[in-house]
Amino acid sequence: MPDKPDRNAIEVVNVSKIFGSGEGQVAALDTVSVSIRENEFFTLLGPSGCGKTTLLRLIAGFDFPTAGEILLYGQDIAPLPPFKRPVNTVFQSYALFPHMTVADNIGFGLEMLGKPKAEIKARVAEMLKLVKMEALAGRRTSQISGGQQQRVALARALAPQPKVLLLDEPLSALDYKLRKEMQIELKRLQHETGITFIFVTHDQEEALTMSDRIAVMSSGKILQVGSPWDIYDKPAERFVADFIGETNFLTAAISEMANGKARATLKSGATIEATVAQGFQPKPNATVVVRPEHAKLTKAKGELSGTVENIVYFGTDTHIHVHLDSGELFTVRQQNTRSAGCGFEKGDKVGILIGNDAAQVLKD
Amino acid sequence: MAKNFSIKHQPGFTAIAATCFIVLYLPIIVLVIYAFNAASSTSEWGGFSLKWFQSAWQNTQVVDATLRSFQIGSIAAVLSTIFATMAALATTRTAPYPGLTFKYAAINQPLMVPEIVTGVALLIFFSRIKIFTGYSGIGYLVAAHTAFCIPFAYLPIRARLENMDLTLERAAADLYATPWKAFRRITLPLLWPGILAGLMLAFVISLDDVVITEFVKSGGQDTLPTYMLGQIRRGITPEINAISTAFLLLSVAIVTLFFFVSRKRD
Repeated sequence: MPDKPDRNAIEVVNVSKIFGSGEGQVAALDTVSVSIRENEFFTLLGPSGCGKTTLLRLIAGFDFPTAGEILLYGQDIAPLPPFKRPVNTVFQSYALFPHMTVADNIGFGLEMLGKPKAEIKARVAEMLKLVKMEALAGRRTSQISGGQQQRVALARALAPQPKVLLLDEPLSALDYKLRKEMQIELKRLQHETGITFIFVTHDQEEALTMSDRIAVMSSGKILQVGSPWDIYDKPAERFVADFIGETNFLTAAISEMANGKARATLKSGATIEATVAQGFQPKPNATVVVRPEHAKLTKAKGELSGTVENIVYFGTDTHIHVHLDSGELFTVRQQNTRSAGCGFEKGDKVGILIGNDAAQVLKD
Repeated sequence: MAKNFSIKHQPGFTAIAATCFIVLYLPIIVLVIYAFNAASSTSEWGGFSLKWFQSAWQNTQVVDATLRSFQIGSIAAVLSTIFATMAALATTRTAPYPGLTFKYAAINQPLMVPEIVTGVALLIFFSRIKIFTGYSGIGYLVAAHTAFCIPFAYLPIRARLENMDLTLERAAADLYATPWKAFRRITLPLLWPGILAGLMLAFVISLDDVVITEFVKSGGQDTLPTYMLGQIRRGITPEINAISTAFLLLSVAIVTLFFFVSRKRD
């Protein structure tokens, strides 16, 4: 991973956004604070209605916070109208101007900034090249495909060289293949332009593959901020563990806590090593999570034991659902090979092996 | 069901449709035919001639009334379209609030109040102003026409604004356009077909008005429709048919243009 300077591009400080008034009042954002570093690909991830788009709109200036500050390189921009913020947006619907050509769309921001014609022309050409749309510069935006519109929207937002680029679920309208292509394309653009990207999505896979850091949001709050690896392997709380990927929840008693590690005694009586989420308060029934691909199924004895309930084939791997003797459910994901089956059958008595670096204790 | 339901295959449909077209268009066709009558009767055919068109063209009263109609129509159309555009922007570019429906109703009021009532009210109102100011020019007619043309201009403009994606204006603001520039560069160009449609509709409505004009006009301020009404009282010659035919052609031309303009860029 390239070195990221520790300067903050955006600092969101105790921002709240309340819609409505009186009894019908809804807090779309509830005292949210987060810092986004210069030159990073930062993702706001969460289900619809979690407040991620509201936060993006506050940074863009389409809405104003009820309380709190939004700092752009130290300057509070929260009260400024959108046309006074050096921040540009790629809209979910692209919002290309239908009465202008591709080139005029891309040049619009520079024109509004009062740049000289020659400079606009050069910059538009550069942008067209960046998004590989040189051949279609003279087309109307209604005469190009969805994927091409997406590229034009990106070029238009990047052309004025914003300090921060905001992307509001820009890939959601594309089909699967094109979406995959654009994910790589976006990463490349971010790398080449060196502009800070703030990306909003509800697609956890998109977030994991593209981001430098992810903020997981739910009900107007940011639950956890971290690298994709942190978020996936060291979820702090149940919502994060559940929302991202698949996981197994087990109840355990925690002992010997030290240096972010501890020993967890499971209901089966076995004790495993686990990492502990920050802010965990010792309690009798803690929750431990184990990802399905971090556990192994065996016909011999393991840390857990149970009966195979169901086997689901997924092509690359097989999910084996086990009913534990303790009454809980546990899924193991096993990589497939071409020749053999998964080696287990419904009704088999099995053991589950959990490695030394597979379990995480949640704080809630 | 054996077959899909289709209105075209109902018994009697063709007959009803044909009757409707005949009732609608036959009188107009007769009127147009007799405009080319060589005789001076509107019911007996005396051979083909263009003389009534020529006679109307040379009748200074007709020319005078026509020019006045165009003058009033164009000023009223432009003014009402400006007001209608502002009203349409104010009623669509806002979050709904209590009283908004009332404002719609107030703007569209001329569509609902009987013309005769407006005519009488304006007659009384303007006569007071005439006494007070001494002015008795064409301004009263322009003001009256502007007022009742506003809803006709307002409706296509509002429809266009309501169908416009608000994100476009947001995108313009995001790209450093001040509200005025965003309006000039994005909203207005996209709104043009609606504005032109409103303008033409208002012009045709103004051109066609009889009732309110009849009440508001002073002596010597006949528009084409009120002049025609006055002539009919004195007995009809095919000159009226000729004027009507020319009028019809003009209206059809404007409405056709309106159709093409409002279809453009959709």
